[in-house]
Amino acid sequence: MFGQLALSQLQQLWWLIVSVVGSLFLMLTFVQGGQTLLFTLPRSDRERLLLVNSIGRKWELTFTTLVLFGGALFAAFPLFYATSFGGAYWVWILILFTFVGQAVSYEYRRKPGNLLGTRSFDLFLFLNGSVGLLLIGAAVGTFFTGSNFSLNGYNLVTWQHPLRGLEAAFNPFNVALGLFLVFHARVLGALYLLSNIEHDGLNQRCRQAGFINLLLALPFLLFVLFRLVTMPGYAVDPATGSVSLEAGKYLHNLLAMPAVLGLLLVGLLLVVWAVVAGRFLGSRRGIWFAGLGTVLVGLALFSLAGYNDTAFYPSKFDLQSSLTIHNASSSHYTLTVMSYVALAVPFVLAYIAYFWRLMDARPLTLEQLEGEHSHDLY
Amino acid sequence: MLEQIDFTQVNWARAQFALTAMFHWIFVPLTLGLSFLVAFFESIYVKTGNLEWKRLTRFWMSLFAINFAIGVATGIIMEFEFGTNWSNYSWMVGDIFGAPLAVEGIFAFFIEATFFAVMFFGWDRVSQKTHLFATWMVAVGSNLSALWILVANGWMQLPVGMTFNPDLARFEMTNFWAVLFSPVAISKFTHTTASGFMLASVFVIGVSAWFLLKGRHLQLAKRSILVAATFGLLSGLFVAFSGDEAAFTNAHHQPMKLAAMESLYAGGVPSGLIPFGILDPAKQPGDGKDAFLLKVEVPGVLSLLANRVLTSFVPGIDDLLYGNPQQGIMSTGEKISRGKLAVAALASYKEAKQSGDPAAVEIALGELRANQDYLGYGYLERAEEAVPPVALTFYSFRAMIALGTVLMLVMLLFFYFTWKNRIAEQRWLLRLGVLSIFLAYLASEMGWVVAEVGRQPWAIQNLLPVTVANSNLTAGTVQATFFLFLAIFSTLLIAEIRILLKQIQTGPEGH
Repeated sequence: MFGQLALSQLQQLWWLIVSVVGSLFLMLTFVQGGQTLLFTLPRSDRERLLLVNSIGRKWELTFTTLVLFGGALFAAFPLFYATSFGGAYWVWILILFTFVGQAVSYEYRRKPGNLLGTRSFDLFLFLNGSVGLLLIGAAVGTFFTGSNFSLNGYNLVTWQHPLRGLEAAFNPFNVALGLFLVFHARVLGALYLLSNIEHDGLNQRCRQAGFINLLLALPFLLFVLFRLVTMPGYAVDPATGSVSLEAGKYLHNLLAMPAVLGLLLVGLLLVVWAVVAGRFLGSRRGIWFAGLGTVLVGLALFSLAGYNDTAFYPSKFDLQSSLTIHNASSSHYTLTVMSYVALAVPFVLAYIAYFWRLMDARPLTLEQLEGEHSHDLY
Repeated sequence: MLEQIDFTQVNWARAQFALTAMFHWIFVPLTLGLSFLVAFFESIYVKTGNLEWKRLTRFWMSLFAINFAIGVATGIIMEFEFGTNWSNYSWMVGDIFGAPLAVEGIFAFFIEATFFAVMFFGWDRVSQKTHLFATWMVAVGSNLSALWILVANGWMQLPVGMTFNPDLARFEMTNFWAVLFSPVAISKFTHTTASGFMLASVFVIGVSAWFLLKGRHLQLAKRSILVAATFGLLSGLFVAFSGDEAAFTNAHHQPMKLAAMESLYAGGVPSGLIPFGILDPAKQPGDGKDAFLLKVEVPGVLSLLANRVLTSFVPGIDDLLYGNPQQGIMSTGEKISRGKLAVAALASYKEAKQSGDPAAVEIALGELRANQDYLGYGYLERAEEAVPPVALTFYSFRAMIALGTVLMLVMLLFFYFTWKNRIAEQRWLLRLGVLSIFLAYLASEMGWVVAEVGRQPWAIQNLLPVTVANSNLTAGTVQATFFLFLAIFSTLLIAEIRILLKQIQTGPEGH
């Protein structure tokens, strides 16, 4: 079946799959958003316990989706994996450190003998949700603003900036995208908590937090969108593969791919609707609309970066070193094999959804937590 | 490419990867084995309805969770370190190596992530049978994840199912099934997971022994010992058989590693096994001197293990370095010459392609294809660079086997005395049981030292030395991250051990 597809079709398919995984990760950053609300939303230790134990039962899904995103990029676009991770070294290392902190913090934060104390582990969670996401946003921003690298004749990377990737965090577009992700994750976190826990005070504060963080996210979103449609982009000549700067490239991409424009607009509207419905209409199910909206916005962003003859990981140091979905991909055979493997993804999503529903059939309450074994609580 | 190599940086990158891998491997084997033990305990609870078994299950599950979290933390570093520190490797073999990693994510990690939450927080939210299913799925998911990463590791030791693409200067997969079912991958998976089962069994026995020494939770301890010792003994047998298979595959696919494991310099017919020996530190390849200051040798056994034939030839380091025409072994010097021809042919091929000279392309391609099996040797300067650190490999191998044997005996004794209901009186054995936890970790780490140090200098056997596989980073950058990793992982390890000890001291109360 997949073996009959042309290499370029498989490359497009795999950019779509990678985009879906990346967008699902963005949706699941409600965990990171919830972590940054840890210091402001709860008014007591008991409320904090409720909050942590609500998002703490989902952190591994987010974490695993990020790992899969990395693995899928490695398998489908190994040149990106090699170039970006080996080149933009420090930005990725710092992101990884924040996720290392997250991985242990839930389990260790309340355990006797945890060496660093509960506040330290809570700080790790906060750093993961703030610095971690900001840097991920900055790294994704370079899909549009470009990076400083060159590839030699053997496709081996030399990074051309001494900050080894951290320079991305000094570009206004990248920073704005990063900050948007941080505040957007807080919106998602607030909406998730609203749906997942039953506590009058916290629920009310979640509604407010969702709304306020949407307002905080808006300026960054507007800046990103404005720059996106006005900035030059990295266009690829499909005949020769040569890369050039094209004025308004991403605007052209939006116009050339109206479906992507639709995804972007519908996605943003869904997020706004979810927050408004939560704040003013008493809805508690906003996370599902906002989550879907996030996936659609993510898909639109990745599509803008990778499709319509665009270099998805451009080099501003040497345009011809830029990566496209065609020159960075795995072979036809590997993409074919991986496509068969990807057939399992709907099955995986189905069992995740089934058990998610089973576990969250009843909202979490303080009374329930007190009924559970205190050893097991985060 | 060679002119870019900074050997200091390479060694720091090696050290960083070794550090990460060894920290990761502190936590993984316990996860692999304890997940199954917890599933056994819960199955007994569901079958009998006895709440004591539920209490026991929840106690071991709480220790599992503490260990699992830090395994996840060190695991994510390992995955991305292939990109950050070994970016040339990631490009040159990413077409093959990336696939198992992605499959691991799809087929294993999501099982773990989904069912871990059900296992821990679902006691009152799902039915008893669904909960048991979730517990089993955590065990299956954990071990499936081991399968895929070991398939990837196995491929690095025996690169099969691929071809070299000179246009892109990378290796590409041509046969997924050959990668998945390579003999090295299979023996690695079985040996590694079974050793994890054994370690977890020793862990459960050791903690239970401590309870017995303290006179606490006697019934829980005895029940735990019986199940763990049974599982551990069966796993231990499997470790031995799969270890034998690993030695056999080494003999055929990584003869230099086997020679280093045995410190065998001059091969012979038959070759003896040296269960115990002290190496002469002054020994150098080709000097004709005895490698041992002291040794105990069992004649012919190495031939038997390596080739299943008592009178067969096992090549030594000197045979592999300097060649042995009688046995049809090409010298490493000759391989280096051919490798350099391949490297030069690749450069000529790229130039000819760029200048649009089809005749030159054909010639260069022919030269490359004729020598591409030795491509990696083209980046070595001296034949002796192909020899891994012999002493470290030799002693680690013996430590692993000796400790494994001791652990089998310990588990056997625990099983016997617990079965006879006399375990609480065997104070010496109980103390040995506690000590055995550390011995099991030591044996487990030694196993990886043999596997990974023994295959140096190769990242991909014969095709890619580590000196070419690394990222283009300064030594200072890698040093900085090395010490950052060391500080973070050490802190987390201390925290983990303290939490585990506190949890064990608390015991199953509240469960």
